[in-house]
Amino acid sequence: MTAYTPDALIAADIHAYLDTHAHKSMLRFITCGSVDDGKSTLIGRLLYDSKTIFEDQLSQLEADSRRLGTQGQNIDFALLVDGLAAEREQGITIDVAYRFFATDKRKFIVADTPGHEQYTRNMVTGASTADAAVILVDARKGVLTQTRRHSFLAHLIGIRQLVLAVNKMDLVGHDQATFDGIVADYAEFAKSIGIEGFTAIPLSGLSGANITTRSEAMPWYDGPALLPHLESVPLDADRAAKAPFRLPVQWVNRPDLDFRGFAGTIAGGRVRVGDAVRIVPSGRTTRIARIVTFDGDRDQASAGEAVTVVLADEVDCSRGDVIAAADAPPEVANQFEATIVWLSDTALVPGRGYWLKSATRTVGATVQPPGHVVDVNTQAQLSAKTLELNDIGVAEVFTDAPIVFAPYEDSHELGGFILIDRETNATVAAGMIRHALRRAQNVHWQSVDITREAHARQKGQSPRLLWFTGLSGSGKSTIANLVEKKLHALGRHSFLLDGDNVRHGLNKDLGFSDADRIENIRRVGEVARLMTDAGLIVLTAFISPFRAERDMVRGLLPPGEFVEIFVDTALAAAEARDVKGLYAKARAGEIAHFTGISSPYEPPERPDIHIDTVRESAEAAAERIVEHVLGVWSFEL
Amino acid sequence: MNGLTHLQRLEAESIHIMREVVAEAERPVMLYSVGKDSAVMLHLAKKAFFPARPPFPLLHVDTTWKFRAMYDLRARAAADAGMELIVHTNPDAVAAGINPFDHGGRHTDLWKTEGLKQALKAGGFDAAFGGARRDEEKSRAKERIFSFRSASQGWDPKAQRPELWKLYNARIHRDESIRVFPLSNWTELDIWQYILAEGIEIVPLYFAAPRPTVERDGMLLMVDDDRFRLHPGEVPVERSIRFRTLGCYPLTGAVESEAATLPAIIQEMLLTTTSERQGRAIDHDQAASMEKKKREGYF
Repeated sequence: MTAYTPDALIAADIHAYLDTHAHKSMLRFITCGSVDDGKSTLIGRLLYDSKTIFEDQLSQLEADSRRLGTQGQNIDFALLVDGLAAEREQGITIDVAYRFFATDKRKFIVADTPGHEQYTRNMVTGASTADAAVILVDARKGVLTQTRRHSFLAHLIGIRQLVLAVNKMDLVGHDQATFDGIVADYAEFAKSIGIEGFTAIPLSGLSGANITTRSEAMPWYDGPALLPHLESVPLDADRAAKAPFRLPVQWVNRPDLDFRGFAGTIAGGRVRVGDAVRIVPSGRTTRIARIVTFDGDRDQASAGEAVTVVLADEVDCSRGDVIAAADAPPEVANQFEATIVWLSDTALVPGRGYWLKSATRTVGATVQPPGHVVDVNTQAQLSAKTLELNDIGVAEVFTDAPIVFAPYEDSHELGGFILIDRETNATVAAGMIRHALRRAQNVHWQSVDITREAHARQKGQSPRLLWFTGLSGSGKSTIANLVEKKLHALGRHSFLLDGDNVRHGLNKDLGFSDADRIENIRRVGEVARLMTDAGLIVLTAFISPFRAERDMVRGLLPPGEFVEIFVDTALAAAEARDVKGLYAKARAGEIAHFTGISSPYEPPERPDIHIDTVRESAEAAAERIVEHVLGVWSFEL
Repeated sequence: MNGLTHLQRLEAESIHIMREVVAEAERPVMLYSVGKDSAVMLHLAKKAFFPARPPFPLLHVDTTWKFRAMYDLRARAAADAGMELIVHTNPDAVAAGINPFDHGGRHTDLWKTEGLKQALKAGGFDAAFGGARRDEEKSRAKERIFSFRSASQGWDPKAQRPELWKLYNARIHRDESIRVFPLSNWTELDIWQYILAEGIEIVPLYFAAPRPTVERDGMLLMVDDDRFRLHPGEVPVERSIRFRTLGCYPLTGAVESEAATLPAIIQEMLLTTTSERQGRAIDHDQAASMEKKKREGYF
């Protein structure tokens, strides 16, 4: 194999060459298939045929092939694709790699996802930015389970341009009947999962047949070769330009008092100076006064461009809002049905608070137990209680605040989201909004005349939620009781929500699994919030073992109203006390999910008040809490 | 209008990435190495935040061994952009008198890898823009645009976050940081085309001119100042040379060339048959050297 041979035009007329290449478009595509299908060979062939492999790279590759390759004395193109040393040693690839090449018409970015176990996660990641997918099939093997899996995932992530590359045609004697049979099989499958169309190309990565030009070995094939086809498929960006105007605001540009611009990448449609626009979700309308760029003001701009717009009126608008066509604004909701792909080793905990990032907005969100998960191999729908790594499920998602959205099939920008773990900050899931839930659209906040401030004023106090957390038997209830007695004696209006008592009534349907514990805390948090709305000082005494749920409750209240009180007792000390005899039962295996024994306790990292029950009596602790809380009040008043 | 060109799409993507970092990070900084990729990155930053100035400082991790022409442009470029320029030289390397003649590979280690870590820590920066591209080298091909670093600034390929759509997760704990690569999807040709199209100023050393040189170990080295230690018998010879990449002057090889304009450089680049990094001694150390350096905290 020889390396890079430059285009003749480069030597003859560099200016003409540069002019041609200045007007190229860009296509991103993903290749799906395993090394066995000849995928690496095909990618190597594309790089080679588009003159992207330089001499030194080729000589390095030849050296590596002899040393590490699996192709005997031949070049092992997998080595060109497998980048990381750890992977080379293990002979596996674990991630998405991006390759670049260009022809006269287009620049191409190839997302290559050759992983095995992590396949779903990697492929979904690589496919999310792709305009097209090339699905490889070995002509000798035909449509396999993995072909169906790749196609399903490509379709799921919304890739409209599918290429069925029937590879290794040289090994089946360039036989038309073989090709036609595979195409017929695939067409049947494609239809069954809703794929509207695909382009099938018989080719050989090894010999180069039907890669850049139509091969004489297959005169019966009258379609395009692979590269010319990829040079001509429509781009998603061009399609987005025809949608109604949407500009998710990324950043407010305010260099001085005279300028206030809204910067962002146009997600859909186009905009002209003078256009009427609506700020969503607030609903305020105004006009576009200027489209500002470094290269001077523009008259108009369209999907895919990163711009800064100035509005005609002083309207509230900030990061996370969407500036949209006034006559066709996007929807707003806080409850959705979404397809979710789980990307993390740690499974979904239904009901737990995650961060949801969609376009430029990040909000708190919870996910309900999935309605079903999909088997990526058979596309069968299965029931499931949660989502684990590489699971694809459909579930309801509730956000803490309404967000601007569009169904994913209409807009990847406004319909796609990621979920972020609040503790680890890891990206744990990718989601695609199907539609808003009808009940969310029909339930509105009732505005009341007697506000929470009015309630609090009447009682002459500032509402607080004193949240006691700690192991069973640490003394939460005892201390909370003492605090409430003192507050009562001082004429404060309070109420104590005790864990055991609430479980006899409001939460008697809940057990002690992680999901039920989370729901337990969520309900208590909501009830406590209503009580603070009524102006009360609320005390709660719940083990509340998970940091994420305590943070969720903190997020329900205005800043400063949630006071986290960590009743800190060593497990051994709590177990030695064992007032209720529960530790003995837990040790005997009679109680499942017992905090400290068979279920974790996550202590607060920065509690507002920290009580060490070994060093401080319950009475002294209660006194300190009252002082802390009253001190804050007197300072405020 | 009939769709965006590839350069327009790349530009929009880079601008989107920079704005996202400024919106989400507390204290971003832009690594500025004075090379052509840095020049493009700085130009994109000006565009992203216009009419405001880019709301972060530039940081140059200096080895004191850059070419003089690079120091000239560094000062001018920062002043033109109206940005603060932070220059960090690793005091340990200064004290130890680390230099490329005596210390070879350790030179890069101490000045750059350690120096970068020191500078990021000293400035309390939680996000740092770098000009690396995925097409440069194999381990870069899998690098995320937002590359997550632990509190010790190490890079763990398995702990990187999946990046879907344009949704970047910039949330970090205290003391952790992210390195952000807005030029990830640019190729060397894209960079040159963009410099040409936008009229971006680059260090004159990229253009061919007669310069004093010596040939050593198969590399053509420029004698930039009197710190260059000539071997016995070596006499600087004037040759018409230019540089394809710029690093520390005694470690960076030049090529003989007559290409004195951007189109001529691009023409020469496309007609030659060796890739860009061959001029840098750092990559010849060992296979997978770049990945190793990255794990240790090199950009």
